[in-house]
Amino acid sequence: MRVNFTVNGRPQQADDVWEGESLLYVLRERLGLPGSKNACEQGECGSCTVRLDGVPVCSCLVAAGQVEGRDVVTVEGLADFARKREEHGHGGACGTGACGSAAGVSTDEAQRWSAKGTDSQTGEGVELSGIQQAFIDAGAVQCGFCTPGLLVQADALLEQNPDPTDQDIREALSGNLCRCTGYEKILDAVRLAAARQGEAV
Amino acid sequence: MDFLRPASWEEALAAKAEYPTAVPIAGGTDIMVEINFDHRRPEYLLDLNRIALLREWEVGEEVTRVGASVPYTHIMENLRETLPGLALASHTVASPQIRNRGGVGGNLGCASPAGDSHPALLAAGAEVEVESVRGTRMIPIDEFYTGVKRNALAADELIKAVHVKNATGPQQYSKVGTRNAMVIAVCAFGLALHPETRTVRTGIGSAAPTPIRAKAAEEFLNAALEEGGFWDNGKVITPSIAKQFGELASGACNPIDDVRGTAKYRRHAVGIMARRQLVWTWEQYRGTNGRTLEGAA
Amino acid sequence: MANTRTTPSGTPTNVSQKHAQGGIGESTLRPDGTLKVTGEFAYSSDMWHEDMLWGQTLRSPVAHAEIAGIDISEALALPGVYSVLTYADLPAEMKNYGLEIQDTPVLANGRVRHHGEPVALVAADHPETARRAAAKIKVDYRELPVVTDEASALAPDAPLLHEGRDDHHAGHVPHPNIVHRQPIVRGNVEEARKRADVIVEGEYTFGMQDQAFLGPESGLAVPGEDGGVDLYVATQWLHSDLRQIAPVLGLPEEKVRMTLSGVGGAFGGREDISMQIHACLLALATNKPVKMVYNRFESFFGHVHRHPAKLYYEHGATKDGKLTHMKCRIVLDGGAYASASPAVVGNASSLSVGPYVVDDVDIEAVALYTNNPPCGAMRGFGAVQACFAYEAQMDRLAAKLGMDPVEFRQLNAMEQGTIMPTGQVVDSPAPVAELLRRVKARPLPPERQWETAGEGADVRALPGGLSNTTHGEGVVRGVGYAVGIKNVGFSEGFDDYSTARVRLEVIGGEAVAMVHTAMAEVGQGGVTVHAQIARTELGVTHVTIHPADTQVGSAGSTSASRQTYMTGGAVKNTCEAVREKVLEIGRRKNGSYHPAWATAELLLEGGKVVTDGGEVLADIAELLEGEEPIDLELEFRHRPTVAFDLVTGQGDGHVQYTFAAHRAVVEVDTELGLVKVVELACAQDVGKALNPLSVVGQIQGGTTQGLGVAVMEEIIVDPKTAKVRNPSFTDYLIPTILDTPSIPVDYLELADPNAPYGLRGLGEAPTLSSTPAVLAAIRAATGLELAKTPIRPEALTGTL
Repeated sequence: MRVNFTVNGRPQQADDVWEGESLLYVLRERLGLPGSKNACEQGECGSCTVRLDGVPVCSCLVAAGQVEGRDVVTVEGLADFARKREEHGHGGACGTGACGSAAGVSTDEAQRWSAKGTDSQTGEGVELSGIQQAFIDAGAVQCGFCTPGLLVQADALLEQNPDPTDQDIREALSGNLCRCTGYEKILDAVRLAAARQGEAV
Repeated sequence: MDFLRPASWEEALAAKAEYPTAVPIAGGTDIMVEINFDHRRPEYLLDLNRIALLREWEVGEEVTRVGASVPYTHIMENLRETLPGLALASHTVASPQIRNRGGVGGNLGCASPAGDSHPALLAAGAEVEVESVRGTRMIPIDEFYTGVKRNALAADELIKAVHVKNATGPQQYSKVGTRNAMVIAVCAFGLALHPETRTVRTGIGSAAPTPIRAKAAEEFLNAALEEGGFWDNGKVITPSIAKQFGELASGACNPIDDVRGTAKYRRHAVGIMARRQLVWTWEQYRGTNGRTLEGAA
Repeated sequence: MANTRTTPSGTPTNVSQKHAQGGIGESTLRPDGTLKVTGEFAYSSDMWHEDMLWGQTLRSPVAHAEIAGIDISEALALPGVYSVLTYADLPAEMKNYGLEIQDTPVLANGRVRHHGEPVALVAADHPETARRAAAKIKVDYRELPVVTDEASALAPDAPLLHEGRDDHHAGHVPHPNIVHRQPIVRGNVEEARKRADVIVEGEYTFGMQDQAFLGPESGLAVPGEDGGVDLYVATQWLHSDLRQIAPVLGLPEEKVRMTLSGVGGAFGGREDISMQIHACLLALATNKPVKMVYNRFESFFGHVHRHPAKLYYEHGATKDGKLTHMKCRIVLDGGAYASASPAVVGNASSLSVGPYVVDDVDIEAVALYTNNPPCGAMRGFGAVQACFAYEAQMDRLAAKLGMDPVEFRQLNAMEQGTIMPTGQVVDSPAPVAELLRRVKARPLPPERQWETAGEGADVRALPGGLSNTTHGEGVVRGVGYAVGIKNVGFSEGFDDYSTARVRLEVIGGEAVAMVHTAMAEVGQGGVTVHAQIARTELGVTHVTIHPADTQVGSAGSTSASRQTYMTGGAVKNTCEAVREKVLEIGRRKNGSYHPAWATAELLLEGGKVVTDGGEVLADIAELLEGEEPIDLELEFRHRPTVAFDLVTGQGDGHVQYTFAAHRAVVEVDTELGLVKVVELACAQDVGKALNPLSVVGQIQGGTTQGLGVAVMEEIIVDPKTAKVRNPSFTDYLIPTILDTPSIPVDYLELADPNAPYGLRGLGEAPTLSSTPAVLAAIRAATGLELAKTPIRPEALTGTL
């Protein structure tokens, strides 16, 4: 079958799609967007998280045919998505229209963040969203396989709740498994992104 | 495999009538796992995502109608006042991403004893609205589950909504899993107090071939509350009543040993959950407990 | 057509990092970080090639059977199927592979020995076509009785897993179903026992843990014009794979060109071959690129697991708390094939006493061949199981003596100069007592931490979490401690080395260093550290990391906590040689202008050649302008080790020891048997923290894997059928962020004079002590003995 939908703002068409294929497979194998990861294909790990009409979902559990005419944001489009959200204000890039309002955050929220490194210049010229930069800065990336899903989910959390408590972060990320970090530096990264977002407001 | 994409409810019913083996897919959180793991190859997938009415809910005077595809996230966020038991149950479903996709219709359609919403629906009292090209019928929740992963649906019927009685008293829901998030129920329990009828109802998940009510426990508690004048005097539930309620709930179970837990543990845990929930709901009913459960619903 | 090939998309490229300082000791950030957060980093499952096919493995549904026949005709007839391969199609004389013992068939040869063993392969134009074809292969299995434990493995009529063994352990094992046996005897246990005032005996069970790396086994094999093959894959050790792949393909090693793709975690699970050979076979058979990607279900069958173990321990102590003796027997279940079992036996036996001084020991460790899933390397490698048992023993001894468990451990803690049971002297710092002191001195997290301001309860902070099972009822706190010892590097006489190639040249007027190794970056941050070392040694700011491949010498395995020591050491070593070349050029060009060129100790710093007195002699870029690039490839070895004596277990078998201690604070819902770990504090000696941010990340990650096997992680194998019952992330649970506590880390830097920069390998030690610390805390909360890990709610509620 043929499926037409929008990915990261661009119209896409996939042909000869087998009816049992997931959105994840179509993104990865047909559209050249392998950023969303195939770690469990049973909705248990969150590595394939994308925004579907603004809502974070496991793309492994969305049948390809179900995305006809719909709007998908993947990790590859996250920086652009975040930039447009900033430019247009909250809700502008939020497909649900249910995004929370931005509120100030105190830097205290970055409680235990203590990364000393400051200069990852591999990203020269690469535009990153706040959460992406925070993951690098806080040391939240090791093997990185869980990272794309976590970034999409954490970005959505901060969009809805710019000032989350630690337990809020834990709850929001409880569907994203990480096997490398023990999650501490992921928490640090979300705290850091929230604090920086707060400073910027 | 064929992928059927009805644009309307009527088209969906027509498709289901024409292809009774078609497997409905809404959130996909069950069926896609089976497809990804090569456990199942349905001849037809019937996509219900384009049918807006399945994602609508309506709070009525006595009953709230919840469309089959209303995501658990919406139930948690919007129906915690009217359907607290179901909202609590929704909050225990898998992960935020899954709760954004899955809905009660899928739980009912799969009719797995481990489905998280069943105990809450049983305890609250509900009817399942099903429809086919032949017409609509309402199936009382007590008659809905007919066997392991089997329900009362005819081959040409689709689940349209569930009609749940609005809470008139406190409701609780717990499930046991061996992880603190994102876990399939080892067993689950739901309790609803119905002060207007001076009755209680219960629901048990994952501890019998189907979701069940602990009827002996309900009858015992109804009688004990009546005899002790508890509904009027608002006294603290005695430990012996709570204990016996728990034991009777435990006795209602007919569980199996499996990779997730032993039958013995399931019976035990249902008894503990029942006892605790009786205390929580009753304290809430008495109005003496200002506890709010942050993060619980 | 088939012979016009382009480079596959997802081919690894250089990553570059510029950093003004960024030498060792700084928390520089990952050079691959940006690629990883943008989704651009190409993992092995992301590889894609025009015209590629999909490979699929048919695996045995039973654990032990003769294969009476295989019929592939229906599968081959399916449109879209390009090839179906069975044992009969294997191209070379060599049809087995294995890390140490080549006992593992590439495809089953008339017999399967474990559930999920590969039987046939399919290549097709779509994964679904390949799956349907695999399902159409008819295999006639004639089931055989299964061997599942020590009793059934050593019974008089036990079926032999491998008949006619001729491996180098075959001669000394007491039974052919024992892979390897290592006794260690020192002192006289019978005499020492007489001095004991208390004796504690225990029998412990350690469950089968899965590495559960998030990126399943996957890769792409591309047939070459020369009849060879290019393989892009996620592995822990390219050259070990190569040595096993080439012979079964019937190709010389130079015709199998391997490149490391992005690796989604490893933890030991990628030390063995998974899909590498299969993808190559299909690619060579079809002359098309073949991609293979396991799903999570298959991944559970696609790699070895941590050995489950039975451990029998006896310890004695005097009434003033000194250990008198230790006697133990450790039975590891190696499953159907050897994998790393012999080395795991070596570790389990030689580290079975823990970080304690015990002069009189009688130790035996064995690994069995059974029909259970093959087991091999996982983080902690033999030391994990032992630590779980000896730490339980320490608590029981302390309790029996009425002593504080930490003080009891400190009283018996080893230190520099202690003699190990193998006779090896611990010749660098061993701050065991200090690590325990540090975790104990830390303030405890507040009681009833789940209570919210309004007298409410935040279920997310309680056992059961979001499932709303308690609001504080039945919840009891417990605190527990543990400490462990792990070896670093490959032991027992193995020729363990690593290779680094370093190229220094001037690009655009700037001196740029390129580091090329075959080290598998599996997430640990080796690439970060290599860039730091190059900056420190060569004084450059701009470092490029070349993709890891087999065009450079072996780096050894990314395992055994060895890569920073070994490949980090190799990079340092080669950089030093490059630096000498720079200085030679300097002397040749400028030596006559300044006497310091001949006399002073010279360094490369901030892009300059400077004297140890800080005087700048030359700019490196200017010096190298017009010169050929300096390009050196050198090997680096740690000090040699020897094999353990097969009777006494004596021998200086290990390179370096590493230590970590944990304090666990748990809250247990004692009625429901659910656990919330509230805090898991760690103290570890790392010798030298080359990158503090990475060090802490490694410790937190290792700690969490130890937590997992304490409270939830276990591959459950049916003892009647030897079939795996929970091969999915629905039923094999790993900790979520709501299961993982705050993990404060306190690291010491006591230099090991034998190691590069004084560093101590660190990745594994935290996985050892985390599990017993959590178990100790749960025991403290419940008063239960709990001799098996992981603990299940049933064990805490008497409902097994």
